Amino acid sequence: MLARLLALIVKEFLTILRDSKSRAVLIGPPLIQLMVFGYAASFDLNHVPFAVYDQDQSSYSRDLVADFAGSPTFQQVAVLHSPERIRSLIDSRKVDMVLDIDPRYTRDLLTNRPAPVQIIVDGRNSNSALLILGYANDIITSASEEWSKSHGGVAPLARLVSRALYNPNLDSHWFIIPGIVALLTQVITLLVVGLSVAREREAGTFDQILVTPLRPLDILIGKSLPGLVIGLVEGSVVILATHFWFDVPLEGGLAQLYTGMFLFTAAVTGIGLMISSLATTQQQALLGAFLFMVPSIILSGFATPIANMPVAVQYLTWLNPMRYVLDVVRDCFLGQPSFAMLMPDYAAMAALACVSLAAAGWLFRKRAV
Amino acid sequence: MFAMANMPAPPEPAATPLRLAGVTKRFRIAKREITALGDVHAETSPGLVTGLIGPDGAGKTTLMRLVAGLLSLDEGRIEVFGTDVSTEALKVQGMISYMPQRFGLYEDLTVQENLDLYADLNGVPQADRSASYTELLHMTGLAPFTSRLAGRLSGGMKQKLGLACTLIRPPRLLLLDEPTVGVDPVSRRELWQIVDHLVRQAGMSVLLSTAYLDEAERCDEVLLLHEGQLIGSGQPEAFTQTMAGRSFHAHAPGVPKRALQAVLTATPGVTDALIQGEAVRLVLDEGTTPETIQPPGVSGLALSPVAPRFEDRFVDLLRAQNGAKPRAALSPPPSGGSSTAMRAAIEVAHLTKRFGAFTAVDDISFTVKRGEIFGLLGANGAGKSTTFRMLCGLLPATGGQLKVDGYDLRRAAAAARGRLGYMAQKFSLYGDLSVLQNLHFFAAAYGLRGARRNERINWALSEFELAPFADATSRDLPLGFKQRLALACALMHEPDILFLDEPTSGVDPLARREFWQRINALAEGGVTVLVTTHFMDEAEYCDHLVIMAQGRILATGTSEALKHAARSSALPDPTMEDAFIALIHADSGQEQAA
Repeated sequence: MLARLLALIVKEFLTILRDSKSRAVLIGPPLIQLMVFGYAASFDLNHVPFAVYDQDQSSYSRDLVADFAGSPTFQQVAVLHSPERIRSLIDSRKVDMVLDIDPRYTRDLLTNRPAPVQIIVDGRNSNSALLILGYANDIITSASEEWSKSHGGVAPLARLVSRALYNPNLDSHWFIIPGIVALLTQVITLLVVGLSVAREREAGTFDQILVTPLRPLDILIGKSLPGLVIGLVEGSVVILATHFWFDVPLEGGLAQLYTGMFLFTAAVTGIGLMISSLATTQQQALLGAFLFMVPSIILSGFATPIANMPVAVQYLTWLNPMRYVLDVVRDCFLGQPSFAMLMPDYAAMAALACVSLAAAGWLFRKRAV
Repeated sequence: MFAMANMPAPPEPAATPLRLAGVTKRFRIAKREITALGDVHAETSPGLVTGLIGPDGAGKTTLMRLVAGLLSLDEGRIEVFGTDVSTEALKVQGMISYMPQRFGLYEDLTVQENLDLYADLNGVPQADRSASYTELLHMTGLAPFTSRLAGRLSGGMKQKLGLACTLIRPPRLLLLDEPTVGVDPVSRRELWQIVDHLVRQAGMSVLLSTAYLDEAERCDEVLLLHEGQLIGSGQPEAFTQTMAGRSFHAHAPGVPKRALQAVLTATPGVTDALIQGEAVRLVLDEGTTPETIQPPGVSGLALSPVAPRFEDRFVDLLRAQNGAKPRAALSPPPSGGSSTAMRAAIEVAHLTKRFGAFTAVDDISFTVKRGEIFGLLGANGAGKSTTFRMLCGLLPATGGQLKVDGYDLRRAAAAARGRLGYMAQKFSLYGDLSVLQNLHFFAAAYGLRGARRNERINWALSEFELAPFADATSRDLPLGFKQRLALACALMHEPDILFLDEPTSGVDPLARREFWQRINALAEGGVTVLVTTHFMDEAEYCDHLVIMAQGRILATGTSEALKHAARSSALPDPTMEDAFIALIHADSGQEQAA
């Protein structure tokens, strides 16, 4: 019995790896995706172009401008002398923000009244507008604290000292890149497994193995193990790159990480095999894989928090294995979770894996038309 | 013009529909260069049907596409009515119509809408349309079906609609690429009538490609292609005539037909030996007289002369090219089956299969005896593939009983499948794996191990002469070798029952003969063979036949009995195809009467 299984597994690896084109597909695109995501995907803003409309033209106002221009977040690209150009600069996306200092700025400052400063941001991208306002607010708050201190003013009532655990600089790369581990593992596993049954259906070899004494369970194991191995190997490559190339710390235990990765890959393999058994051609299988892939990424919390989603959609995410593995991967990279802490995620993925693999095995024979 | 410099090209009248001079086309597939056409010189005559005859991979479609200006030539020159295709492709395309193998019908449009679409695409003026529609619909017999969706037509009707769409703008030269492939014999005859009509009435020149050698006899002239080489051209009668006096029916009292065929194939002086009904059809080497045929161990051999066929000449030409005759099949007779010899190999009773409202197989019953070659014949959609798949356990039956070696394979334990071998229509192999890896996989899948496994793999490599290709990627094998490998994989575990689904479609006549020799040897050794085929002459090799149409069994019996039933004063010696058509006609007549 073991010999038959082994033959199935060897055959599966050979069909995937013997052809130089499909070998290239396994190595090239994931690496490119990793690089693109790793460098491009970030919530942090740097070098935000801004213009200054300084109506005060005093040394105090120039200090404030210097605080902005000197911060790594902002980059001054224009100086305005009239309000007319503000709109055209923003419309043409030459600047994302305009710092408008009122002519009464110095006067109010020296008379201990709140000095008026206006920040105009491009609200078309609401996400970055909020971030820009946040950064601008930080700069102005620290400037006014500074002023109060040096001019003997009253200290503010409370001073907020914030400290972020696990990601002290709140570097969003540390949040996104571990997510890519899950993302790429899912993409590769789904493609390798999702096409495998459909490819054999197209070639007629699936009928050929169905008439051999191999049992559906043998075929199921023979089909899923190679997908599992390839998914885990690809996942490991991304894990290594995340740690050594993108310098994301790997604090947690590898055992916890790989338990999660294994259960996740098993669940994705089951889903891929289900899609593949339902499809009659590789084209249908590919379409099916993408129909699953896109919502599963959006509903995973990869980019947007699940807590922000409508309640009904939040229930839907329970069916999404990627949702759970993201918790595991992020926890393991930045924290030191114990097995007990991750148990709910493990259990959910194990359940999804069992159901999807069983369904796939049942569909093999059912869908033999 | 420089390509013409080294070859004399005497000026010819421009009426020559097609002139090929040194036509060469090469393809690169996976770092190997394949010559699809090598230095082909030929000319066709106006107002005739020119047949482009050859098996799959001979270069027929490549030549068609070159003539239609869809591919560019590597060397040589093609002229259509004196116009060079390479330099004036548009002008040539104005003179021809090309119907590819899979004509681009829009399956979600009706017959009429398809015609309108192709009339629009070809810029046929509105005023001319109704007259040409009427004629085309009448000619193709599609007039009652104008509002039917093209996707709902039968295979033969689709081909006729494709032909009608191709003919909306009547061309001077019509190119038809395998119009009769996958079409049942009745529709095949109708398509041929249309082509004949076009040539006679409209004076059109037709270039028609086909892999069916019996169709060559219906052409006015033929070009024979094999592996990209033109191996003959001329009138089919002339080809057939060269074989006069070389074809015989052989009988020997007390010698079973398969044994006789095996012995005769190996006898010196014999070009070809085929089973035809109860006799063996012999073609002798050139210059050999019937008296000199002395097969060892056979006494009382009686030879009676029969009319030569086109296929005889084709085989003769191929033998001359390939040199050696295939060795006699040496398959060892399988040992199994003795204890269960009395049990029928396959029993089918009241088997029914419905897909929704459509009944694909309608209450059929038959029994296959052990050691028999049993043929399942029928047009596309007759239900033979569905029956076949149910027998293999690939498809659940809606009703009725079926037993293969005593088991319903859909329900029986996996081990029961170990008794049967299965070879699918498309030679289902793992294309990315090497020959040896395929053999290893199927050996393991059938549970062979250790010394036994090595022994069987070595048997396959030597018996099927696959050893030189052991490390070659299966996808790149020539078609004939793919077929051998598929059969080797199916025989790995020495099955008692062998299922073959259209096992010879597309392979050349020599490979088909070799294949049937092996099958015959297996049957002699006690293996039960169930085969579906659409080659009517292959039906002659079967001991027992079932002819299916529209999910029902029209007739069962030996090929002799079926042919005998079709005999009439008009057809004193009907072929298997005649018998098939007579059955279909009788059936549809009954239906109309009912």
